[in-house]
Amino acid sequence: MSLYRDTGVVLRAHKLGEADRIITLLTRRHGKVRAVAKGVRRTTSRFGARLEPFGHVDAQFYTGRTLDVITQVETVDAFALPIVGDYQRYTAASAITETADRLTLDEGEPALRLYLLVTGALRALAEGGRDPSLVLDAFFLRAMAFAGWAPAITECARCGEPGPHRSFSVQSGGAQCGRCRSAGAVHPPAEVFLLLEALLHGDWPVAEATTQAVRRDVSGLVAAHLQWHLERQLRSLPFVERRARESPIAHQLGSDGTSTDPEVPGATQGTRERGVTHDATAT
Amino acid sequence: MYEGVVQDLIDELGRLPGIGPKSAQRIAFHLLATDPADIGRLQDVLGKVREGVQFCEICGNVSEQEKCRICRDSRRDTSLLCVVEEPKDVLAVERTREFRGRYHVLGGSLDPLSGVGPDQLRMRELLARLGAEEVSEVIIATDPNTEGEATATYLVRMLRDFPGLRVTRLASGLPMGGDLEFADELTLGRALSGRRAL
Ligand SMILES: [Zn+2]
Ligand SMILES: [Zn+2]
Repeated sequence: MSLYRDTGVVLRAHKLGEADRIITLLTRRHGKVRAVAKGVRRTTSRFGARLEPFGHVDAQFYTGRTLDVITQVETVDAFALPIVGDYQRYTAASAITETADRLTLDEGEPALRLYLLVTGALRALAEGGRDPSLVLDAFFLRAMAFAGWAPAITECARCGEPGPHRSFSVQSGGAQCGRCRSAGAVHPPAEVFLLLEALLHGDWPVAEATTQAVRRDVSGLVAAHLQWHLERQLRSLPFVERRARESPIAHQLGSDGTSTDPEVPGATQGTRERGVTHDATAT
Repeated sequence: MYEGVVQDLIDELGRLPGIGPKSAQRIAFHLLATDPADIGRLQDVLGKVREGVQFCEICGNVSEQEKCRICRDSRRDTSLLCVVEEPKDVLAVERTREFRGRYHVLGGSLDPLSGVGPDQLRMRELLARLGAEEVSEVIIATDPNTEGEATATYLVRMLRDFPGLRVTRLASGLPMGGDLEFADELTLGRALSGRRAL
């Protein structure tokens, strides 16, 4: 039996047996780890709520035959408390952890950069100073860069010609110059390219100076780009709230089964077809 | 591997939640040695389950009739509504004998990772009830875990502007019999924010 210790963030928790859970963590040095937390669902568990999703913990594991087993846990950052207190942040955090889970196929393969991105994004959501929607899109862009398929933004995706360019094609990998432009390309406003660039590089003063309309376009393009590259759709993405609703009661009572919010276009909900049509009609 | 039907039985039992291969084997051999009359009763119950369990048309709890026993009971306080995730939570609250109001079963908790959003739960039915019934207080009794907390957050936001409605949440705090220093940050944080004057 060998022991190891690492810090990690809880991506998911699945019930196992009567009182146990299988916890999926993204750790600093061991990449994705799936480990059993025994008795964690009992109210008397010494783990308490430390191994709930979004928790950032320092844990000790021992290597089991099939799954590792968590023996000790201490909290590094209790991100969950502020995140679950705000539904918009909760849905964004869910999309972040699902993406991280999907981008780490092999357990035990170190993914330090992704770990830093996830903890950074959850910290920003927990602190609450930034627009959760911008935090999510910045995370998506950087996670795609980690995976090796971030969209081209300043240079042409096909020939590398420096921009700024005016066309964007999800299928072709991002920005396109006039010569390489493909048939399905969309023509978002210049501010959209600026926001994409700012989010990818963490330029928050620029990002936070943008209008809601530009943010919506960016969310649509980022989601479409992400979904294009993932084999399966993200389950959580359709549930992400892109902005706080002003009047939930009127909204709920006024809707008749199709909860479409006129200010949240389908593009931000992230299917690749919708993303393209939305931006095509916007020009 | 056992032959034929015995292995089939072990495989089927092993699909049930909380039953691993060893337990499945133990239950299978227990059933093989059981009085045929006992097996008959189990068969009957399973048959009825297969024909379909009914859910109360008002609260969503499992029920033998269109309306469940609690919703039919005229002695229950109709001004109090306790919102829970699952039918088993109704039983848990009932066992306390502290609550005389009625229930609303959501059918789960908001869990985007499992594809469950507000439209997959009985949120709309809850709003319809609040519009039609004389409810003065909604008690949110979702599970004290991440998904349950997020569901409570959503409910509070959805209900906070409802005229004349008091929205409360089950208190959560430190488990009795323990030391403060062993409490995790989430539990201690909730206990602090939910503290009360004495
Ligand atoms: Zn080009
Ligand atoms: Zn009922």
